[in-house]
Amino acid sequence: MSRIAGVDIGGTFTDILILDDSGPHLIVRKVPTTPDDPSRGLIEGIGALGQADRGIELVIHGTTVATNAVLERKGGRCGLIATRGFRDILELRRRDRPHLYGLTGTYEPLVPRDRRLEVAERISAEGEVLVPLDEDEVLSCAEKLTVERVDAIVISFINAYANPIHERRAKSLIENRYPEIYVVASAEVLPLIREFERTSTAVVNAYVQPVVSRYLANLERSMERRGYSTHLLVMQSNGGMIPAGEAGRYAVQTVLSGPAAGVIAATATAAENEVRNLIAYDMGGTSLDVSLVTDGVPVQADGTELDFGIPILLSMVDIQTVGAGGGSIARIDDGGILQVGPESAGADPGPASYGRGGRLPTLTDANLMLGRINPEYPIGGREGFSFDLPKARVALEEHVARPLGLSAEEAARAVVAVSNNRIAGSLRRISIDRGRDPGDFTLFAFGGSGPLLAGFLMDELGIPRGLVPYQPGIASAWGCAIADVKRDYVTMVNRRLDDLDETEVRRIFDDDQSRGNAFLKQVALPLSHIHLLREADIAYEGQTHVIRTPLPDNDTSPERIATRFRASYLRRYGSAHSGFGRLEALLDGIPVRLLNLRTTIIGVRKHRSLGSMLTPPATTLEQAYKGSRDVWVEDAFVACPTYERSRIPWGTELSGPAVIEQSDTTVWLDPFLRASVLDGGTFLVESNRRTHSRQR
Amino acid sequence: MDPITLAVIRGSLEQIADEMDATLERMAFSPVISDGFDRASGIYAANDGAVIVQGPRGLPNFICVMQHTVRSTIAHFNEPAEGDVYIVNDPYLGGTHLMDVKLIKPFFYRNKLAFYLANSGHWPDIGGRVPGGFSTKATEVFQEGLRLPPLKLMDDGRLNQAVVDVILHNVRVPGERQGDIIAQVASLNLGADRLTALLDRYGEATVFEVVSELELRSEKMMRKHISTIPDGCYAFDEYMDSDGVDWRPLHIRLEMTVDGDSVHIDLSESSPACRGPLNSVLSTTMAGVFIAFKHFFPDVPINRGCFKPFSFNIPSTTFLHALPPRPVSGCAAEVCQRMIDAVLGAMSQALPDRCYAGPMGTVTNLSVGGDDPERGYFVFYSFIGGGYGGNYLTDGLTNGNPTIAVARTQALEIFESRYPVLFETYALREDSGGPGCRRGGFGVVLQFMLRRGEASASLLGDRGRFRPFGVLGGKPGRPAEHTFTLRGKAYRPPHITKDEGVHMVEGDRLRLETPGGGGHGAPDSRSDEAVLEDVRRGYYRREAAEADYGIVIRPDVLEIDRSATTRLRNSRTRTDP
Repeated sequence: MSRIAGVDIGGTFTDILILDDSGPHLIVRKVPTTPDDPSRGLIEGIGALGQADRGIELVIHGTTVATNAVLERKGGRCGLIATRGFRDILELRRRDRPHLYGLTGTYEPLVPRDRRLEVAERISAEGEVLVPLDEDEVLSCAEKLTVERVDAIVISFINAYANPIHERRAKSLIENRYPEIYVVASAEVLPLIREFERTSTAVVNAYVQPVVSRYLANLERSMERRGYSTHLLVMQSNGGMIPAGEAGRYAVQTVLSGPAAGVIAATATAAENEVRNLIAYDMGGTSLDVSLVTDGVPVQADGTELDFGIPILLSMVDIQTVGAGGGSIARIDDGGILQVGPESAGADPGPASYGRGGRLPTLTDANLMLGRINPEYPIGGREGFSFDLPKARVALEEHVARPLGLSAEEAARAVVAVSNNRIAGSLRRISIDRGRDPGDFTLFAFGGSGPLLAGFLMDELGIPRGLVPYQPGIASAWGCAIADVKRDYVTMVNRRLDDLDETEVRRIFDDDQSRGNAFLKQVALPLSHIHLLREADIAYEGQTHVIRTPLPDNDTSPERIATRFRASYLRRYGSAHSGFGRLEALLDGIPVRLLNLRTTIIGVRKHRSLGSMLTPPATTLEQAYKGSRDVWVEDAFVACPTYERSRIPWGTELSGPAVIEQSDTTVWLDPFLRASVLDGGTFLVESNRRTHSRQR
Repeated sequence: MDPITLAVIRGSLEQIADEMDATLERMAFSPVISDGFDRASGIYAANDGAVIVQGPRGLPNFICVMQHTVRSTIAHFNEPAEGDVYIVNDPYLGGTHLMDVKLIKPFFYRNKLAFYLANSGHWPDIGGRVPGGFSTKATEVFQEGLRLPPLKLMDDGRLNQAVVDVILHNVRVPGERQGDIIAQVASLNLGADRLTALLDRYGEATVFEVVSELELRSEKMMRKHISTIPDGCYAFDEYMDSDGVDWRPLHIRLEMTVDGDSVHIDLSESSPACRGPLNSVLSTTMAGVFIAFKHFFPDVPINRGCFKPFSFNIPSTTFLHALPPRPVSGCAAEVCQRMIDAVLGAMSQALPDRCYAGPMGTVTNLSVGGDDPERGYFVFYSFIGGGYGGNYLTDGLTNGNPTIAVARTQALEIFESRYPVLFETYALREDSGGPGCRRGGFGVVLQFMLRRGEASASLLGDRGRFRPFGVLGGKPGRPAEHTFTLRGKAYRPPHITKDEGVHMVEGDRLRLETPGGGGHGAPDSRSDEAVLEDVRRGYYRREAAEADYGIVIRPDVLEIDRSATTRLRNSRTRTDP
């Protein structure tokens, strides 16, 4: 028996998905998250599966433990040792403020100033030693910090990216003297230029490490106690997984791993249906996560800011969060204009219609008013918990309809329209920012609130096709179960192309490759093949923003790299809009600089399709039909058929208007849409009309 | 007006400006644009250039400046044609300083002029007597750099090579400026595409209707906010160290009269025009007032309407309304911040329950140009943050960016990898935050040494004599102090914060110490634990805690010495009448 468990621990629910290759079948469980020790909910959830827990060989796990530790400031107690004169790098940031307008707010660094110490040492930008490391001082700093009972010590020296010798020496001195303390050197976590971002990344790593390690150790112990002989792996924010031991060492890699797993699931589900370019959005109660997939690969970002003044620079799935969800609150601003979000009623008190004391109207309340959500259907599949329509009406009337002189239904329609439009704008902005036209993509809608607005977004953004997965609520767990093993390497080069040494480039790529192969060997999982990605961060001399340029073939000559860069640059800035006009030629005189080389090694696992794991429903479309409900369409209520998603047979077609209900979401099929039900239950949604967008 | 269409078109217009900003920022070669976000983009009215929308993340400094630029530019061109793009940087035609180069494009819809699109980007150099443009000794604009009246950069979609050549022959590092021109044009083209799509979708009539409606709404919002300020005349005096040439302070005398839902700003009693570059052009002076109001009322969208409740008296005899050829390089960075400080000061009387103490109020522009024997000619330009004032919600932020800007500083490691400088300290400046119940944020200490060759350093900052003010009993923050060490000897600039052409050789140093913010509320109402924590972290020395907060802390264990504290406080009560 060979079973794999994908587990995603979210704020409210822990999703567990077991897939059985020998079955083939799939078991899915949603259990409450246990915030005090999230491993408990996970273990109990797996235990509750009964027979199904036998023979689980792999547990692959997305977790928000690291992210929450930072946001709630509940990480480990850390100290920092810096070059003399520079202990405040972390606190000074790069000179900014929390809000564009308004001068309030302050900043608490993850390591307070009294636990940041300095030693004599200095390395130049060229990597030469200007001041030798004072080793006694390193040890006396470490001693002071142990008196302060720190769990971890970060060493961050100026220009350590150019020569890490002092950081390494300091680290080994402290490790030898204090083996119980976890020591992080900045350049081993991030060997790149920019002292603040490198220090911040190393500090986040040290700060979350005790929490993540403790958590993973607990989890492994509990699994052993239960008699599972299981291999535990952890999702990373780059969308690949690593063994739990590695995750403990590089804990910073696990931030945002849940959302990354969702994108992996979207990518895989789309690939099964031969779709390789996606705008995927996951819309829940408070926020909406957007990501792009191009040529079957999620677009990667170089880092993110976890909170004000807490950047991390790591290769990660590029996920942009928009403050728009079912709980987004509608209000009239002082200028009399309707605004929806980004303030959210969250899960508690939640929308007015939850009846938990929320009195402000939300997007969910508006969708309910318009008949798009079924008031009788229990929320999240929980029995005895349904919507309170009159409460939604009262809230909308009081806060939107009356001030604007509208009926409650018109107010609801306005709320949905304003929110949808804001989301469409954000999606377009995110695509354009990445040099992409949304019209070239397929929309992938998931999350509890996502599939309600797929039609609107397709129409608005000129997107011809959309996909709605069968169980959009468990995408992250599915993404964990099928994720590949993945590791990123980055090396700073910082040379003009005309000054680039091709053999150096080859040597770096070769080193990365052998390190990567060794890593995959150590992970020791069955793989179908190994995939290697080579890229370079390149910019015109003087620019700040680099273009990540793929270098797919073995030709690493400067001329070839220059050609590829120019093509990437023009695609990025030239083709998404009218671009440069006739100014392109001006670019040719400008020298090109290669900043970093990047290698990604991916151990690709055996392909598993969701469709082949599911049993097709034996029911007919008639049996899936639940009746008719009045739903607001354009400017009036229209009787629309409603269906139960799980009973809709594969291979059928539906046309809008229709509402398709299921425990974790509702799909609203606008009148101009038709949906084909693919194998695995995924909907392929297509539009019957020309869209509004006239771009291209 | 249908509320849905209104909200949707409003969102779309803002989105277009935001996308223009994003394109400019990503494509720019100027690090001041791409890293410093010193740029703005927007849509302006066809008839008079009034602002319709500006990108929500645009540089605050340009809030009302851009519409003045567009207005004076369109006055130059009687027959705008499709395919035209104008370029201008003349400060007196509604601008800031010469480094802010603006591009303006008439936007045609169905062969009719419908709007103007424009953007502004700060170029790192525009020629002139010092690299970077911040000359503190200039006494005429002609010394500050290349001054462009409105010119046709593009004609019928074709680049006007003569204009480009003139520009590139007059600036340092011309190649990169070519890249900035491309970025600015691409951003305008993107805006035009998106605006066409919007008009196709909703129709011209509806969009214009929304535009006028939005003006009414913004005006209404601003008036509503203003009417929460009690009627009265609030006066505040602020000062600048000097103009860099003549050693005497420049006085801003702000009289703000609130009458119902409108505000009148009178600056007529301020200092006369000055010889040095600390004159401010009218649009930048006015921008200071609007930015300050946005810091109080962030939710008001920027368009023609939000300016309507304001009237001004700023005579051209004062340094706050410069006429050609007065030098103006200090206006956008320094004078505009002091204008904001003056409004914050007046507002602390008007709205004591939601006020801010004075922020550091200076950018401290530093440029070092020289010859690196290993790498050749270089220009190193940088700026530094300082402390914000304590405020009605929190302590002041440490190392905030200027209240006019959103610019971040670049990494020291990047500077060291490009220029022959070696940094020796980059630290929080202890004891610099003004004492208060909510104390000021701390300034910064930055010290570097010239590693090789020779260089010439120029400094344009302020707040060396006049400290960031405290409010409601809070104390002021510490002023700036800048010290060169030249061939082993300390040299302090005679104008404290301003100097030009300081000759540095290998081994010479510059140490910059920037101001902390003012305190909010009486220091003795700050909790003992908060003061103790400040001392533990080394923000304040023990002596400062004693002197400023009346709290005695035992040196050995860093705990409060209760009895000594009581004794100290009693003795103070006795001596204070």
